[in-house]
Amino acid sequence: MAVTPPPPTPASAVSGAAAHAAGSAWRVLRFAMRHLWRDWRAGELAVLAGALVLAVAALTAVGFFTSRVSRAVDQQAAELLAADLRVESARPLAAQWSTEALRHRLTIASITTFPTAVFHGEDNALVTLRAVSAGYPLRGTLRIAAVPFGPAQSTQRLPSPGTVWVESRVLARFGMNVGDLLSVGASELRVAAVLDYRPDQGAAFADLAPTVLLGQTDLAATRLLQNGSRATYAQLYAGTPSAVAEFRSWLEREKGDAVRVVALGESSEQLKGSLDRAQRFLLLSALATLLLCAVAVAMAARRYAARHLDLAALMKCMGASQRFVLATGLWQLALIALAGAALGVLLGFGAQAALAWLLRDLFSGPLPPPAASAAGLGLVTALAMLLGFALPPLLQLRAVPVLRVLRHDVGVPGMGFYVAPLCAVASLGGLLWWLLRDLLLVATVFGGLGALVAVLWMAGLGLVRVAALARRGTGGAWRYGLANVGRRGAGSVVQVVAFGLGLTVLLLLAVVRNDLLREWRASLPADAPNHFLINIAPEEVAPLQAFLRAGGVTVEALSPWVRARLVAVNNRPVSALKLPSDRGRAFAEREQNLSWSATLPRDNTLVAGHWWPALPAPGAPAQVSLASEFATALGLFVGDQLVFDVAGERLTARVANVRQVQWDSFRPNFFVVLSPGALEGAAGTYMTSVHLAPAQRRLLAPLVHRFPGVSVFDVEALLVQVRQLIDRASQAVQGVFLFTLGAGVMVLAAAVQSTRDERRFESAILRTLGASRAVVIRGIVTEFVVLGLLSGVLASTAAAVAGAFAAHQWFHLAYSFDPLLWSVGLGGGAGLVGVAGWLATRGVVNTSPLTTLRH
Amino acid sequence: MSEAVLEAVGLTQEVSSPEGTLTILNQVTFVIGAGETVAVVGASGAGKSTLLGLLAGLDVPTHGEVRVVGQSLSALDEDGRAALRANRVGFVFQSFHLVPALTALENVMLPLELLGRPAPRAAATEALARVGLAERTGHYPRQLSGGEQQRVALARAFVTRPQVLFADEPTGNLDAATGLRVMELLLALNREAGTTLVLVTHDRMLAARCGRILELAGGRLVADTRMAVV
Repeated sequence: MAVTPPPPTPASAVSGAAAHAAGSAWRVLRFAMRHLWRDWRAGELAVLAGALVLAVAALTAVGFFTSRVSRAVDQQAAELLAADLRVESARPLAAQWSTEALRHRLTIASITTFPTAVFHGEDNALVTLRAVSAGYPLRGTLRIAAVPFGPAQSTQRLPSPGTVWVESRVLARFGMNVGDLLSVGASELRVAAVLDYRPDQGAAFADLAPTVLLGQTDLAATRLLQNGSRATYAQLYAGTPSAVAEFRSWLEREKGDAVRVVALGESSEQLKGSLDRAQRFLLLSALATLLLCAVAVAMAARRYAARHLDLAALMKCMGASQRFVLATGLWQLALIALAGAALGVLLGFGAQAALAWLLRDLFSGPLPPPAASAAGLGLVTALAMLLGFALPPLLQLRAVPVLRVLRHDVGVPGMGFYVAPLCAVASLGGLLWWLLRDLLLVATVFGGLGALVAVLWMAGLGLVRVAALARRGTGGAWRYGLANVGRRGAGSVVQVVAFGLGLTVLLLLAVVRNDLLREWRASLPADAPNHFLINIAPEEVAPLQAFLRAGGVTVEALSPWVRARLVAVNNRPVSALKLPSDRGRAFAEREQNLSWSATLPRDNTLVAGHWWPALPAPGAPAQVSLASEFATALGLFVGDQLVFDVAGERLTARVANVRQVQWDSFRPNFFVVLSPGALEGAAGTYMTSVHLAPAQRRLLAPLVHRFPGVSVFDVEALLVQVRQLIDRASQAVQGVFLFTLGAGVMVLAAAVQSTRDERRFESAILRTLGASRAVVIRGIVTEFVVLGLLSGVLASTAAAVAGAFAAHQWFHLAYSFDPLLWSVGLGGGAGLVGVAGWLATRGVVNTSPLTTLRH
Repeated sequence: MSEAVLEAVGLTQEVSSPEGTLTILNQVTFVIGAGETVAVVGASGAGKSTLLGLLAGLDVPTHGEVRVVGQSLSALDEDGRAALRANRVGFVFQSFHLVPALTALENVMLPLELLGRPAPRAAATEALARVGLAERTGHYPRQLSGGEQQRVALARAFVTRPQVLFADEPTGNLDAATGLRVMELLLALNREAGTTLVLVTHDRMLAARCGRILELAGGRLVADTRMAVV
């Protein structure tokens, strides 16, 4: 070793101006990398990195998997448009669009639709003629049958030239059979099949008239399409999601107001309602995983930082500046985030593939590939987790007093009570916002979480006080365990909070999730209505009810309705309103189905305003109730004055309330409902929905024949779609729950680990003083069981409240408290935490007391 | 006396306590020259470790001043004091303060890495060989005996070739025989490097091996004795 004192190092990497020198950043990074690797090798990073990798893996697995399920569901939903994208216009669409669509590698089909009368002999009927081009439908399949109301089969074909496919009710109306001729304008076309189902038939009853489907090449020969015909020209596009999105943005710029992009929501409120819920269920699982992982990362980072206080003080003693210590910590965080994200994304990708394989039988075809954005979610999650939950404790390392190298009792100055919560709220809030895009919901989740943490914190403090009493007594492993809870003070409180949060989320998903899924399935029972009967004249109501009852069909109350158009809002014509969405313009332009009712319709809940009295005062002004979708799209509020055109008559009504409608109930529901008496004298008709068992479908032909004015809509196919969706979503949630469970176990492990060092030391002392391993283990288990019991009972209550909230506010489902929840919470809390505590700390008693005490 | 390396002028350290202000060090003044070996002795609570902390710039005095190689510590902020330590000061602690996650070699490399010195591995290997631990470079602190751990700490302290070495009860956690061997090694290394040594100890035998003894009692410097033979 050299004997002469060295000259002072000219350029120190660690302090003062030299820290700014070029290359010092690289030296910090190199130092950070070296020490990170050494920490990893020594197992110091295991819990933190493990929690992070699991967080990313769980969230990306959920992200990848839900993106695949969402895409599968979207594909299914796209069937309702018969395309990925659909535009409609009252004028023929510009040829330039097709060119542009082909340039985007999209497939195209077109439909020309208009009402007309068709003839069979002397008899005629009003129908909707649909002339479709080759390729229709681009999504979904047509179904045809050989006889009216007979069993149907999917087909890839279209009517060949010279033939048409017509709906059963046309054939029933004329008493025709397949093979007969139908006069369509100037053409005589042969009926080649019964049209049972087309994917874009929807259930909005926009077209009361039954469909006659023919090839576009046969349209000109009918000579029906003249200038001024009330035709709708639709173009359908399909392709990869990115190509469709690109084309859509081009289209939105070019199309002008005369052309409307048809949104999925318009095609079927029923399916949309279920789709929303499915996504919310999956999101709930992802959210729960996120919260659990955040708790795990926070606990692990707290322990990591606590174990690095001495190193930070030593580094400063050796000349490291605060800036160097901070920069090292930040680099290490960034490196952990990168490595954790990379590994987590890989694991997540593998896990989602396993999940998809596990649930392969539940999907009709192969799942679409996952969205790459989930990988980005992984990286953002890792960064947000570390910045929000690991940064505050690591920041404290910077402030470690260097004097700690001489006096170990010198602690770390507090960083201000608001820093850690602020970081946590900012990062978690950002992530939640990214996932939910709903400020109110994010605020609610935070409010709930804040309240839960506060309650758990106070309960933990209370427990510590009570447990401290046990320290006065002597003897018994249980007393030692209980006294430990009191002795550990803040450590025990943090554990109660962590266990409580973890158990709440697990209970929410384990028990409440099942209750909610059951409620969801129950909302669509086996006898849910599968046929709508529309256009029932008032005088037909009683005979029709009698007819159906005679056939063994249950008939619920019939809803009256008229067609009307909204013409003015608050004395301004609708045409002058600035409507931001296509949907709003569609509501404004199209005729609406108006109903009236004395009572709030079933499946509806008020979200604003009040329902009117059942018996309105004579001469009271008309009031109107709006579905929330309608009010939102048109920007309407309670108190607004609306004017409708009802068959040429003006009707003015004030908006009394806004309703949330459960569209997937498959019962008649209306965007607009008026107060009783408002539509007195209007020539309204009635509608209802009924459930027809397969054997009861034979009633349909005589029904149509006897009540020719009544239109029958078969929504069985849609019902099946919604049921499939519920089943698929339920299974996906079950699968996703496995990850949440893993995250829950990680929280337990991190929380248990948090007091491991203290416990190791205490155990060594006790064993040195003569306590047996059994006594020490019993003490440890007692401690964790007590913590688990308290956390469990609070978590059960929190899960029940959160479940009720989620059911009412988020899923719009009924929810009843399940007393079982508390038993599961208590038993599960004590058992799970007790076992986790024992498993994680059994190493403590397996280390020789000498080894522990020496180090 | 040779060039002054450490100067303490009227050093006073007071702390608040429930009973009022407590004076831990009271007007302590002395000068230590380059290459001196100085033991700070005194009973528990005499203020030895507090003095060491102030001299090393780990803490700031309530009153008075410390100068290290002519540089006043009170003129520097915490990072400035850290920079001074980085270049001129080494430490040996009673409880060794080895980083448990690092091997013996990596513990010795740590200060070199912090300084950004080139080839830290070679220098650290050489330093470990000098303290007789060439065969234990890959061992973790938990795999070393107390004496071995303190020898690693000595290698770490000398590897940066500091001008001043502060040793806080370096044998306090060791048995008498091991403590003696560690002390001999410390003094040998000190002689080789020509380092100024400030050693805090309550062991008069160890203190007697230094060239000068500063005795503290009740926070005051009560004796400053120069030994005839080192």
